[in-house]
Formats: sequence, structure tokens, C-alpha cells
Amino acid sequence: MHAPGRPPKKRLLRLKLNGRWREDAVSERELLVDYLRDVAHLTGVKTGCDGGECGACTVLVDGEAVPSCITLAVRCEGCDVETIEGLATQGRLNRLQRAFHEKLGTQCGFCTPGMIMAAEALLRRNPTPSDGEIRAALSGNLCRCTGYVKIIESVKAAAEATS
Amino acid sequence: MTAAPIAAGKLARRGVPLIDGMEKVTGRARYTADLDHADALVGRILRSPVSHGEIIRLDVSKARALAGVAAVVTGDDCPHTYGVLPIAMNEYPLARGRVRYRGEPVAAVAAIDEETAERALQLIELEVKELPAYYTSVAARAPDAVLLHDDKPGNLERDVHHQFGDVAQGFAAADLVREELFSCAEINHAQIEPHASLSEFDPLTGRLTVQTVSQVGYYLHLMLAECLEMDSSRIRVIKPFIGGGFGARVEALNFEIVTALLAKAAAGKVMMQLTREETFITHRARPQTDIKLKIGMSKNGRLTACECHVVQRGGAYAGYGIITILYAGALLQGLYDIPAIKYDGYRVYANLPPCGAMRGHGSVDTRHAFENLLDRMARELGLDPFAVRRANLLQAPTRTMNDLVVNSYGLAECLDRVERASGWRERLGKLPPGKGLGMACSHYVSGAAKPIHRTGEPHAVVNLRLDFDGGVTALTGAADIGQGSSTMVAIAVAETLDISLDRIRVIAADTAITPKDNGAYSSRITFMVGNAAIDAAKRLKAVLVAAAARKLEARPEDVECIGEVFRVGSGNQSTLPFADVVAAALVDEGAITVKGSFTCPPDFHGGKHRGGAVGSTMGFSYAAQVVEVSIDDATGLVTVDKVWVALDCGHAINPLAVEGQIEGSVWMGMGQAMCEETRYLEGLPAHASFLEYRMPTIAESPPIEVQIVESHDPYGPFGAKEASEGALAGFPPALVNAIANAIGIDLNELPVTPDRVMEALIERRRKAKRSALKAAS
Repeated sequence: MHAPGRPPKKRLLRLKLNGRWREDAVSERELLVDYLRDVAHLTGVKTGCDGGECGACTVLVDGEAVPSCITLAVRCEGCDVETIEGLATQGRLNRLQRAFHEKLGTQCGFCTPGMIMAAEALLRRNPTPSDGEIRAALSGNLCRCTGYVKIIESVKAAAEATS
Repeated sequence: MTAAPIAAGKLARRGVPLIDGMEKVTGRARYTADLDHADALVGRILRSPVSHGEIIRLDVSKARALAGVAAVVTGDDCPHTYGVLPIAMNEYPLARGRVRYRGEPVAAVAAIDEETAERALQLIELEVKELPAYYTSVAARAPDAVLLHDDKPGNLERDVHHQFGDVAQGFAAADLVREELFSCAEINHAQIEPHASLSEFDPLTGRLTVQTVSQVGYYLHLMLAECLEMDSSRIRVIKPFIGGGFGARVEALNFEIVTALLAKAAAGKVMMQLTREETFITHRARPQTDIKLKIGMSKNGRLTACECHVVQRGGAYAGYGIITILYAGALLQGLYDIPAIKYDGYRVYANLPPCGAMRGHGSVDTRHAFENLLDRMARELGLDPFAVRRANLLQAPTRTMNDLVVNSYGLAECLDRVERASGWRERLGKLPPGKGLGMACSHYVSGAAKPIHRTGEPHAVVNLRLDFDGGVTALTGAADIGQGSSTMVAIAVAETLDISLDRIRVIAADTAITPKDNGAYSSRITFMVGNAAIDAAKRLKAVLVAAAARKLEARPEDVECIGEVFRVGSGNQSTLPFADVVAAALVDEGAITVKGSFTCPPDFHGGKHRGGAVGSTMGFSYAAQVVEVSIDDATGLVTVDKVWVALDCGHAINPLAVEGQIEGSVWMGMGQAMCEETRYLEGLPAHASFLEYRMPTIAESPPIEVQIVESHDPYGPFGAKEASEGALAGFPPALVNAIANAIGIDLNELPVTPDRVMEALIERRRKAKRSALKAAS
């Protein structure tokens, strides 16, 4: 919220979004999730809570899984930001996307983009995670449909597909 | 009516990923908040700051005058009540004259941006004269309590008194009679997608288009016509992707009607996105429930009688309350053979957000009490928990005392399967200290045989279109909310026609395009819509076979269609590919549309007693599960190590989805059992975030081993029944039974938090100390 009547102060934000550099004028208080959804129209980034509770908005900033709903957009100046929309390349699903689809790691699908991005960060730093490591890495991402059984199976299947 | 046996199997046996799964894993799926709304006004709701009071003054003039505000609406703009049961609609979308819970919508604004909308809310002047507020069933039922609704003495929404068989005689004949009190906390669906609604009113055409999170678009459609005083033909309700429901979105919800009221008042488009806190306050979930249960049993474990007294704290308005309190009694039956049952149920109004339907609607808390007491009595009689259940099995087909029909019954096999899988016989009593095994059974309906709106129409209708392109489009009003119902429809059609799944497209839940459907509730879609889809596919097949027969110069009864090839008999000489048959069929008829339907015959509509329709269904699912726990006696922390569950779903049309539903429902039962609870401080929600409302995370969620049991229901589509709800109710009692097995403590309250376990352990130590002191003195 800015003071009534006065337009919010904006500055130029330059970042690499899903592999392409872009520049946008954003308010200093703009949240990354709002920038991604409203400015860049990447609505695969979801809002499931009132701030930092559910992980549905998880994106990668320089390869790290970050909740975009409690991250300022301007903090990503010069960063490499990746969302679910950037994972499939040239019509091919990423290994996690394929596994979540085939193993039913997704039901309603609302937590799925954030869940897959958090899992993507995990697999990049640890290509062969144990069950415990998968659980630890995804413990900030809530799912209400699956009971997590098939999410763990999906991540394991994706890891196996890589190795 | 009965689905003739069809060689179903190729697709089904291996399980099929969701037909809309690609959209979900790529982020392309558009949920309500993702729909294009750059040009929409922002909707916001002003909510009551008090739990109970008379509205003395509500002045919106300053808000209306604020630049950028397009519309302000209050209770004056809608004098119509809404609700789900035609006999119990006592709620206004915006309060009129009185507020009955903290957070109840009082006024709403539509403005050019969020900031202006927020400022407009602050300019609304609301004066409320507070009335006494009641937050427990006991307080609300006190003789001098102020009534929430003048026509409901004692703040009772409904009391139910049913008796079947001779209960007194049953208890007299028992070798053991035990009575216990159980209490289950109120919980919430907590679907991950917050509520949202996008309404557009076009003043030029007078039409309203609503895109929203509803599980039952047509209920909302009806309520919008009523509340907006519009001809229903000018309304269209569309379901985008939905981020979970679990019952939260079965009723038409206040914010959906409010958004439409704003759109009409502003003559434009309004997007309403509720916060997580507001989504919790909208509620409509499982009520806080007190249960007094008495069971009679003979030495060999046979049940002789059961008496059950249930009080549900239903919140401030009716909602689904009457159905919930009826389900709680009705579904005491249909699982075991019980010769005599007395049920007394009380649904109480209180100054809290209204409760409603939630997965396992009405059945979960009473099942929890029943399976607990059953286990304790078995223990007292020296009987094995499995043996006591096996001593009371039903024999299908049968009709229960309250006229529920059981056509297929796979419970015995469920018991065998989980007993074996869990190593029950070898492991029970031989686990290390602090570890235990517990089990329980449960069941649920495959669709309410008598729908909420008793119009006499079929229970489900599916249309199939086939045109020049050779694509088959299935049109269904059934809302896919993540459970995979659209995939189920596609499989049912593909298998019946023996064509490729890729040829089928499903368009679901758009009241301008798809046939009316009762929607996603009571686990009805597979059974009812599945049957309607098969019926439609058979009709389409008849059209195609007739066309092929003419081309092949054969009799239709001699034409087969296997894998998109039509042929006469088994000879290979005369065959026609699918495309040629479609072309031939179009010559005669042009683009083809066929309709299939499904109706539950009156014989299945339940008993003639008051409320007797609730619980009636054509097919019950059955489940048994074993839970293994470890308990840390220094902290009271309970860890679920593993769950083995078997569910009789008749036939798994899509085994992958069936597994997913069973895992999800067992896990949801685990949340209720271990940590979930909505708490209020003087009516103020203290749980309204995912940090306060604790659901199990992936870190504490156990492996769940699923066994699918197929009893081949005589009426289900390909023999199928529901798979999404039946296993939920078994988890809480199986957990509590496992804790008793591990540490010898019986717990009567849900959730089983570490605090409660610790308290019980400390109390036991105290008692032991006292008796040791006594013995010494």
C-alpha cells in the first residue's frame, strides 16, 4: 500500500525470466509473485495462502527454490528466475513434469507447479535423493489431494529417468 | 438401467494419467484467479466484527462517493435467502438486520483497484448492537439462550430420533455392554486454492457469466437467478480448473453470489479473490461433534444392539446441517449386521461460521466412535479386532433395517487383504515398546440415491457429439475438481466404443453447454455419470454399427467394432476403418449427438421414515485399514510408520486414480486424527492460516499401501463404485486403536495431539503412583 493519491515509486527491474532477459518498471514493494502473474502473465505461479505458508508460488531464483509470495521483485535484479512455464522445452516435458503426469503426482494441480519447482531445485543439487531428502526438500509445499505418496514416487521416477 | 457387462479392460487395467494432467504439470491450467481479469473491477467484502448482533446502522454513502468505486452492495440489495436444501435456506448473501458470526459478509464493494476497494471498505459505517453469542453446543442449548433464528427453539436446527429393532432386548441379551463419550474437533477442507469468483454482467444483453470454484455449478446457477432476480436462461456458470473441493464448494457460497450482485450493480466485470483467512471463514466443513455411544456384544463378538447420541455444533446457518446430522445416524448401518439401533441426533446453531459437507459427510465422527468402542470391547472379551468385525459381516444383497440397500459387499476381502499385507497375525503384540498396530473399517455411498432437488429428472445425463473430424466430444455437467472424473468419463466412452482414448474430448461443467448435473458431491460421479456415459456410448455405437452394417451389407447384429475397426463376424474380408464408418453415419444424419442417462430407481431411495432418504445409495464402497504407530513417551509425539488399506470400489475404472483417491482420503483422515482443528477465541478464528491450521506435511506423511478390492457391483458402471471417501473414516479409529495397542491408553478426543497423549500418560503415572502409595500405607 502506498500513500493515498501518490503513485507508487517504480524502478526498472532487469532479470532473466525463463531464459530471456527482460526489463519492466515495477514498484519497489511489488512482490515477485504479483510481478510474475500480473506483469509477465505467468499464471502457473499460484497463490494459495496469505504469505509463505503453502509453497504453491515456489519459483527458482538462481537455481534456489524461493516462495515468490514473500520475495520482493526488485530483489531479483540481475537474477535468473525460472517458473513452471520455463521447464518444458521445445514441446518436451521436463523429467519431473512427465513423472508427475504419469504417476499421478498431481490431482487438482494447484500445488503442482510449486511442488515441481521445489523438486527441480532438489534434483539439480542432488540427482539421487533418498526418501528422506525428498521429504525434507518438499516439506514447505502443501498438497491436500495426494497424501504425498505419489508425489514421492514421481520425484523418484524423475530422478531415475535422469540417471 | 443395469450396465450390461462390457469387455472393459484394456485401458482400465493399466491405469490412465489424467486427461487434463498435461495442463496441470505445465502450469497452463487456468484456475479462477488465473482467468484474464485485467479489465475487471476488484471486489472486496466487509465482514462482521462481532459474533452476534443487530445491525443498527449501515451507511455506505461515503464509500459510494469515493472516486473509483463502481458499486457498493448490502443486504438491502438482496432480500432473498439462499442455501442448499430447499427446506432450510435461512442465510442471506449479505446480512440483513442481524449478524450471527464473526466474519459474516455485511457489505461489498467493487472498485478500480485493490487500494480503492480497501479504502471504500474503511469508509463504510457499521453499528451493531451486540447480542449474547454462543460458541459451544452446550451454551447455545441453554434454556435461557437467545435464539439465533426465531423459528428454531433451543437453537436446534434439527433433532433426529430413529429406532430400528428392539434395542432394550438387544442390550439385555448382551454379555458385555459398554458406553463411552467421544469428542471430535471441527475441521476444514483446506483445499489449496483459495476461493475466487469472476462475474461479468453485460448490461447490453442482460446476461450474466460467472466463472467460479463451484463443485455444483447448477446449484449456484439456480441461486443466482433467485438472488439477482434474473431469468435463469440469462445466466451461465462455467467451471475453470478447480484447486480442490472436498465438499467446500458444494453449496452455493456467499462470495459467489456477492460477486454477481456487484457485477450486476456495476454493470461490468468483477473479480473477487478471497484471502486464505476469508476462505477459512467461508468454511462449510465438518462440525465439532460430541458422541455418546453404547454397544452391546455377546461373548463371541456378535453385536446385539447400539445406541448413539450425537450433537453437532453446526455454526450460524443451516447449510447442509440437516443432511449431516441424518448421515451421522443413517451410516451407523450398512457396514455391519446390527440387530437393533437407536439414534438421537441434534444439530445445534452457534455463533460460528456455518459448517457443511466435507469428505465422508456426516459419517466420519460416528464411525470413529463406533470402531473405537468395538475394539475396546473386543479387547475386554479377549477377541481379535479382525475376528470381531468378521463376526458381524453382512451378506449381500441385503436391505438394512433403515432400508439401505447393499448390493455388493467386499468387506470380508478387504479384511483378509490388510490382515495379510500388514502381517497382523505375526506382528500384533510382538512389536517393540512404544509401537502398535490398530485397525478399523469404514464405508461410504456412491452417490445419494435421492438427490437434494427432487425434480424427478434422471440422476445424470451425458451427451456425446461425433462430427466430420471423427472426434468424440463428451459433454457432462460433472465437475472435475482433481478427482479425475473427466478422465473416468473418457475411459467409459472409449471402452464402450472400443476406440482410442485420444479420440475423446471431455467438456465439463458449463451450464450453457453441458447437460445439468448434480455435480461433485456424495461420490456420485463415477457411479451415476459413469453409467450415463456408458449409456450414451452404447447409443452412439448403435448409430455407427447401423451405418457400418449398411456399408458392409450385413445385419447390424453381425457387425463388431474392435479397436476402431468394424467387421462382419471374425472374417477379415469385410472391414471398415472408423473414419469410413463415421462418414457413412453422417450421410444419413449429419453431425451426430446422442444422449445417455442414468436414474436410480425408487426402490433404492431409502426408508419411508422421516429423513430416511439420507444414506441411501445403489452402491456402498467398503474399506479396512491397518495403521502402525510409534509413540515417543517423553513428548507424546505419535508417528504413523505405515498404513495398509484395502477398498472395495466394485471395479477400478482407472486404477491409478483409484489409488490416488484412496491415498488422499486416508491421509485426510490422518490430518483430522492427528493435528487438524479449527479453533475460535470468542468467535475469532485462531486457525485461519496454514501455519495455525496444521495439516500433515510431506515430512510426516507415511507410506500408504493400497489394495484394490473388486466386488463387481451389479449396478455400477463396469461394476464400479466410489473410491474417494470410503477409506477416510477408518483412519482416525485405526490410529487411536493403534495407540491403545502401543501404550495401553484409550483416547476419546480428536485430534490426538502430543499434548493429549502426554496428558494421558502423566495421568496414568499419577494413578499408578497413587495406587502404589495406597498399597504401601
